[in-house]
Amino acid sequence: MTFERDILTRLGEHDDESVESMARLHARLLEAASSEDLLDVAYRVLDTPVGSLLLAATAMGVVRIAFDAQGHDAVLDDLARRVSPRVLCAPSRLDPAARQLDEYFSGRRHRFDLPLDLQLAHGFRRLVLGRLTDLDYGSTASYAAVAAALGSPKAVRAVGTACATNPVPVVVPCHRVVRSDGSAGGYAGGAEAKRALLALETANRA
Amino acid sequence: MSLPPFEVVVADHGPTVLRICRAMVGAHDAEDVWSETFLAALAAYPRLEPDSNVRGWLATIAHRKAIDQIRKTNRGPLPVERLPEAPGYSGEPAPRDDDLWDAVAALPTKQRGAVLYHYVAGLPYAEVGQLLDSSEAAARRAAADGMRALRSTVTRETS
Repeated sequence: MTFERDILTRLGEHDDESVESMARLHARLLEAASSEDLLDVAYRVLDTPVGSLLLAATAMGVVRIAFDAQGHDAVLDDLARRVSPRVLCAPSRLDPAARQLDEYFSGRRHRFDLPLDLQLAHGFRRLVLGRLTDLDYGSTASYAAVAAALGSPKAVRAVGTACATNPVPVVVPCHRVVRSDGSAGGYAGGAEAKRALLALETANRA
Repeated sequence: MSLPPFEVVVADHGPTVLRICRAMVGAHDAEDVWSETFLAALAAYPRLEPDSNVRGWLATIAHRKAIDQIRKTNRGPLPVERLPEAPGYSGEPAPRDDDLWDAVAALPTKQRGAVLYHYVAGLPYAEVGQLLDSSEAAARRAAADGMRALRSTVTRETS
């Protein structure tokens, strides 16, 4: 039996060459998957001043942005479960999003122009997200104000939940929604990330 | 329990499936067979049962794709005589498979298939038999014969 184990171990080892081959084969798989319409969810990671962001897109548009704190692997598992398990690391599909986020974090971009796929937000939460895109760069609104603007002044907590579960933070600027007392409030990327985004926008406001 | 992202499947099983492909069709065609295998797997993936033996499932697809490839290139049965040192036609150096993988590639077709599908891919003998058009018992014998042949190779190496 030790012989069998030895054989199995050796047959399971990967040489450097197979690592190189894998990079080539992965690229080839992406190309074929795109042309056959099988790349349901593409993702990449982008380094930003608020940590590495996971960006994911369907053919429709950007479907998910996630912070380190949310656990990129957990978010990918969630996408596999809720959107499609055909999830592949395919940076080129995220090139426009990565470019615009780079511009945003350098203060040069105040508004995103990206197709979004909001399939992970439903009902009232989705309405809230639609409202958030009206909030101008460098401005803030309270949870209560957003609820009132939607005609549901009592739905303050629901607005908070919608912000907390925003599938595409930064691009849909839930960080611009703050507590009525002016403090930043919670954020999926952590309170520190929220303050950093608000500070960035204040500094680059026209 | 749910299916992991396909990227995880590629990372976990891609290299092993590539070596299975090399052993089955040689270095020159292995990447074509791997690509066909993973594209077909990606297409079918959402219908896979979450607790399946993913490596065995991939090996089953690779087996079919290898047969397609061999038919396409019209080389008759598995090209054992070209192995193990056939260089790539495109000028790429032949992979430096260690002696053990060379020995696997040089096994007779059924023994090679039985060793790869049972020992490397983890398929039960009944399924190995189906892939090789043999009975379960014949697949078990072929795997045992293949392992005995590999053992003599390893013994020669170390002595």
